[in-house]
Amino acid sequence: MKLPALRRDMVCRQAVELVTDYLEGALSRRDTRRFEAHLRACDGCEEYLRQVKMTISVLGRVEPEDLAPETRQGLIELYRQFLEA
Amino acid sequence: MSDDDLVRRLRAGDESAFVELVDAHQSSMVRLAQAFVPSRALAEEVTQDTWLAVLKGLDRFEGRSSLKTWIFRILANRARSTGAREQRTTPVDLSDEAAVDRRRFDAGGAWSDPPAHWADEVVARLSSGPLVSKVRAAISELPESQRAVVTLRDLEGLSSKEVCDVLEISEANQRVLLHRGRSRVRARFAEELAKR
Repeated sequence: MKLPALRRDMVCRQAVELVTDYLEGALSRRDTRRFEAHLRACDGCEEYLRQVKMTISVLGRVEPEDLAPETRQGLIELYRQFLEA
Repeated sequence: MSDDDLVRRLRAGDESAFVELVDAHQSSMVRLAQAFVPSRALAEEVTQDTWLAVLKGLDRFEGRSSLKTWIFRILANRARSTGAREQRTTPVDLSDEAAVDRRRFDAGGAWSDPPAHWADEVVARLSSGPLVSKVRAAISELPESQRAVVTLRDLEGLSSKEVCDVLEISEANQRVLLHRGRSRVRARFAEELAKR
């Protein structure tokens, strides 16, 4: 996300939109410095970034549902049929 | 086991190679397909069709991406077109969508209603149980393209490059969708934790 070049200070409303770009390393070095400077001075945005990081960590714990034995068997049959075809 | 070895074994009729692949990816594939189609049953059907397409298309696997990425891409394409037939698909929405409700900021853009502090609590509360189902619900409520990106990136742990390969989107588009998806899930956590 591009920031208005002339605006030196970042406001909270902008900072929350830069969180993903920041975590992805997609901000320019200059915008990274401005983002970090804003967070040092802003308790709300600092908490917000930590919440996003926790959200990512929680998402990473969601396991897919186990594969049902009959589904697995069905797929093995599919492979056998494919070989015969 | 390298991808080349796996492909060679699959073509030679080595069932254990196929079982290995199914055990590694089937559950994740169904989860990805669910981003695009309205039911789990349909997601399983699309996934099964995908396996057949993968087997028939093995000769076309060139190793430019990993076998996993290649399989996921075939799946995403099939799930997307099945979803479109089921009328669930909405066009990719790249219009403006704020990460945080704008009413939470004052006219100058600073927090007027700053986030409550819960980042340190969420994991403890999560392990207590009920939040887990809320997390699944929050994911299932995401618009499909956000859900697909969040599923691949944050649930499956793929790199941004792999996600772009699977979904055939640009890095910039991937970041926008990831940002919106994560922002929505965070907002759901905030609502949930505020209830207690």
